[in-house]
Amino acid sequence: MIVIINYGLGNIQAFVNMYKDLHIPVKVAKSASDLLGASKLILPGVGAFDHAMQSFNDSGMRSEVERLVLIEKTPILGICVGMQMLTNVSDEGQEQGLGWVKGKVTAFTSHIDCARFPSPHMGWNDVAPFANNPIFKDFTEDARFYFLHSYFFECTDVGQSIATTDYGLSFCCAVANENIYGVQFHPEKSHHFGVQLLKNFAEL
Amino acid sequence: MLRPRVTPCLLIHDSGLVKTVRFKDAKYVGDPINAVRIFNEKEADELIVLDIDATVLGQEPNYQRISYLASECRMPLCYGGGIRNAEQAKRIISLGVEKVAISAVALENPKIITEIAEEVGCQSVVVVLDIKKKLLSKTYEVWVHNAKKNTKRDVIEVIQEVQALGVGEVVVNFIDHDGRMKGYDIDMIVKIKKIMQVPFTVLGGAGSLNDMGEVIAQCGLVGLAAGSLFVFKGTYKAVLINYPNQSLKNEYIYEKYHV
Repeated sequence: MIVIINYGLGNIQAFVNMYKDLHIPVKVAKSASDLLGASKLILPGVGAFDHAMQSFNDSGMRSEVERLVLIEKTPILGICVGMQMLTNVSDEGQEQGLGWVKGKVTAFTSHIDCARFPSPHMGWNDVAPFANNPIFKDFTEDARFYFLHSYFFECTDVGQSIATTDYGLSFCCAVANENIYGVQFHPEKSHHFGVQLLKNFAEL
Repeated sequence: MLRPRVTPCLLIHDSGLVKTVRFKDAKYVGDPINAVRIFNEKEADELIVLDIDATVLGQEPNYQRISYLASECRMPLCYGGGIRNAEQAKRIISLGVEKVAISAVALENPKIITEIAEEVGCQSVVVVLDIKKKLLSKTYEVWVHNAKKNTKRDVIEVIQEVQALGVGEVVVNFIDHDGRMKGYDIDMIVKIKKIMQVPFTVLGGAGSLNDMGEVIAQCGLVGLAAGSLFVFKGTYKAVLINYPNQSLKNEYIYEKYHV
C-alpha cells in the first residue's frame, strides 16, 4: 500500500488520482496510526521550508515515519519541498531538516543572474538521469518534468545525486540514499512522465 | 532546456466558463471541470483559472469549487479571484493548487505579496496586471476590477515594486488585445521583459501558435497564456476546447527560442 503523508501541505489528491488510475492501492495518512501497513511513503510539499518542517513536526507522524524509513527501510519519496526536507539545512529558513540525505538547500538567486534566468525556476525542463536508478526506468523519450521552486538541493555526496537539470547551472533534481528518494520536480503534475516515475517508485 | 510555458487561461463567471472580448461581452463556453479534463487529456503545460466575479462582488474564494478543480487538474494550477489575505492564499494552496494569483489587492496593499510569500513560498505568488495604453502616451496603466477601475499606476513601476516584495510570477494581461485574436502586443512585451527578474507570462491577443512563436523569437523565454485560442475554433469562433500537441509546440514555439 502506497501511503501519502498528509501533514497539510502539497497536492495529496493529485497523487491519489494518479495511483488510482494505475490501479495501485493508495491511502492518505493524517495520523501515525494511518501509517500502519505502508509499503511505500510519499512526502509531498509545497511552500516555504520552515512552514513545511513545522507542519510535519506538528503532525504527530514524524517519529513513526522515522521508524518506518530508518529502521524498517520503507522506501520514501520526497517531492519538491518534501525533497528539500530530506537534508539538514535550508537557506530559506532556520528549521532543522530531517538529515537523511547529505546536502543543503540554497537559493538560485545566490548562484545565477535572474535577468537571464528568472527565479523561481518555473515550468517544464529536461531531467537527465544517471546511475540507472530504477525510479527512472522505462522512459521511452527524454524525461521532462514540471518545476516550481526558488531553492535547490546542493547534494554534497555525489553518489546520492541521481539526476540533474540545467537552469543557469546544472543542479541536482533527484536524490537517492538507499530507500530514501527525493525529486525536486512535481511528478504528480507532469502528465505521462510523472505517471511513469510514480509507477516506478511503486514497483521498487 | 526550460521551455516556454503554453498556458490556457480560463475565466469563471456565474459558475460557468466564459470568454470575453476586451473584458466585456462574456460568452458562455462551457463547464470548467469539463475543460480541465480536456486539458488533462491534451497534457497542457499548466492552467490559469480566474474567478472574475469574486473580487468585484467582494466574495470569498469558492473553496469547494477550487478543491474540486484542483483534484481534477493533472497539470499545475494557478487560481485567482477574491483572495485578499495570506490566510486565504494558504488555504487555497492546501487544497492542492500550485499558485495563487492576486490583482487588485496587490495594488491597494502591496505588502500582502510578502505576507503571502512568507506563508506559501514566493514561487506560488502570482500577480496579474491588467494593462491598457494611456491615451496620447507611451505608458501603460494598470486597471483593476475587470478593467472598470484605473489605478493610474504605470505598469513598469508596479512590476518593479512587486518584484522587490517577493512575487514569484507576473502575468500581464493586455486589455485591448483580450479576445481579439490578432496577436500579442510585442513592443510592450519586449519593454517589460527587460526589467523582469521573475517568470513573466503574457496574456491577451493570441490568435495562433504563430503569434506565440513571435513572442518567443523577439523576447526569449516568456510564458504564453491565451484564452480564446484554446476555447474557440474557426472563423465563426465555434466553442471547441483545444490545445496543441508536442510536435506543434516544438515547430511553432520552441524552435523560435534561441538561448
